[in-house]
Amino acid sequence: MSGLNLSAWSALQIRDAVATREFSAREVAESAIARIEAIDGDVHAFNQVTPELARTAAEKIDALVAAGDPLPPLAGVPAAFKDNMNLVGTRTTCSSRILANYESAYDCTAVARLIDAGVLPLGKCNMDEFAFGSSGESSATGGAKNPWDLGRVPGGSSAGSAASVAAGMATVSLGSDTGGSIRQPGALTGTVALKPTYGRVSRYGCVAFASSLDQIGPFSRTVEDSAAVLTAICGKDPMDATSIEREPEEFVSAARETDVSGMRIAIVRDMLAMEGVTPEVRDSVLAAAARFEAMGATVGEVDLPTSQYGLSAYYIIGPAEASSNLARFDGIRYGHRVADPVDTMDLYLRTRGEGFGTEAKRRIMLGTYALSAGYYDAYYGQAQKARTLIAREFSAAFESYDVLLTPTSPQVAWKFGAKSDPLAMYLADIYTIPVNLAGNCGISVPCGFAEDDGAKLPIGLQIIGDYFAEAKVFRAAAALERDLALDMRSPLVLGAPTP
Amino acid sequence: MSLSELEVRHVAMLARLALTDEEVASLQGDLNSILGHIDTIRQLDLENVPPMTHAVPVVNVTRDDVVVLGLDSETALMNAPAAQDGAFLIPRITGGGDDE
Repeated sequence: MSGLNLSAWSALQIRDAVATREFSAREVAESAIARIEAIDGDVHAFNQVTPELARTAAEKIDALVAAGDPLPPLAGVPAAFKDNMNLVGTRTTCSSRILANYESAYDCTAVARLIDAGVLPLGKCNMDEFAFGSSGESSATGGAKNPWDLGRVPGGSSAGSAASVAAGMATVSLGSDTGGSIRQPGALTGTVALKPTYGRVSRYGCVAFASSLDQIGPFSRTVEDSAAVLTAICGKDPMDATSIEREPEEFVSAARETDVSGMRIAIVRDMLAMEGVTPEVRDSVLAAAARFEAMGATVGEVDLPTSQYGLSAYYIIGPAEASSNLARFDGIRYGHRVADPVDTMDLYLRTRGEGFGTEAKRRIMLGTYALSAGYYDAYYGQAQKARTLIAREFSAAFESYDVLLTPTSPQVAWKFGAKSDPLAMYLADIYTIPVNLAGNCGISVPCGFAEDDGAKLPIGLQIIGDYFAEAKVFRAAAALERDLALDMRSPLVLGAPTP
Repeated sequence: MSLSELEVRHVAMLARLALTDEEVASLQGDLNSILGHIDTIRQLDLENVPPMTHAVPVVNVTRDDVVVLGLDSETALMNAPAAQDGAFLIPRITGGGDDE
């Protein structure tokens, strides 16, 4: 229709172009829809595409432009949502057979707030089933693919949310992060990916995985866009008692404040020395730290010795809370129900046996065991105590430093099927999990590339901040983004034919 | 700590999961491998450390005591596998046998 190709544009560029009538929101919508039609058959980032919702939202924006009315902050920006977030008019499947036909009965607060900020809803993104995974492969609809190399995973669990942005379909997207499910796919797809502080963003309407760890956050192509999305979705929500009441905050100015002179930054030395991290990733993180020093920041080192136990604590707490949260999928009120049950027990057992995939069953079993009589204190109780120690170590580090640096992922994107052992998959999140346990914030920002078997693959730097210190995290991330000036257009974007 | 096949079947019943024999066997192996890693947490001295339940402690979160509408019954039932007369329909849970 328009020949418009916005696959490498930032959200704020699109918004400004719509505001100055360079093109209309409707043209943006048609361009994004055409691009999804052209390439999502290959990428499989979407479980459901919603062209009518995008067009309706675009018409509203164009009416505001025509009337000369003020535009919302993300007017006309194509956006996608992880398929565990409810949006009336869409299914919310969690990429699970048990919810394959589930129609959203109400709106997720973060989604509603982003739509109120003017975005064009493109659809719902593929994910690991119920967010259980680090590669996207546990999706019941088949895994999303990495736009940097379609033979590789995009990371997970917010696999499609990451892939849709890296492939130039959505400009921004929302994911959820329980142990790294935003930051890790962000690293593997070369996108900017933020896990806000626990309580910063309402969890209402996002299907719960582990309620004490889950947090919604954005994927984007720029740090500034990440800040703009957080500004739109954050804040107290009466529907989520764990969302925190704070003075209204605006983060875009922090993302434009790229002067880091005087900022105190620390490399987490013992985490960088963990086994499993590849030399390319380690070198890239050290090089980023050197760039910060060159820009005038003070760069030191800290150790977080308890964080190496984070994986153990997480694989008790996460599955325990998940097994409890997923008890609601019993075939009674919604979701899949087995045919011809003889009684309710038979209905529960076979509905859940049929409805859940392998990884979901593994987590439910692990969590049920950890919470069962005689084991609660030995597992859940101990894990919660370890969590206290991990949080204390972070707090002590933040007395001396503004932000901490680690890799986001120990390695770059791997090939489909390369991690068939569950424990090997779990180890993909060793750098991101401690942040969820402590509850503070972290961002993954591209910091370089590694060559692997002929493919050029992005590396992500994790910048960790204290509770509610997202502004500092954005400032550091934006400074590095500007300093490195990496070309983060994936091959799918570079080779993009104009739709 | 290591789970026997019998314990795996017991936990599956607690979790209300019907598993095939193949699933029981593979879950037994997976769970024991994962629990073996998890047991490293015992290396930590956690004596006198308080448990952490939430990242940002908030207490007594209340709202004003005003009536707010929830989902109407039509919306609440729209995803029901079976519904009748404004209610969820389930297999019988009392009686049984041939008493009708």
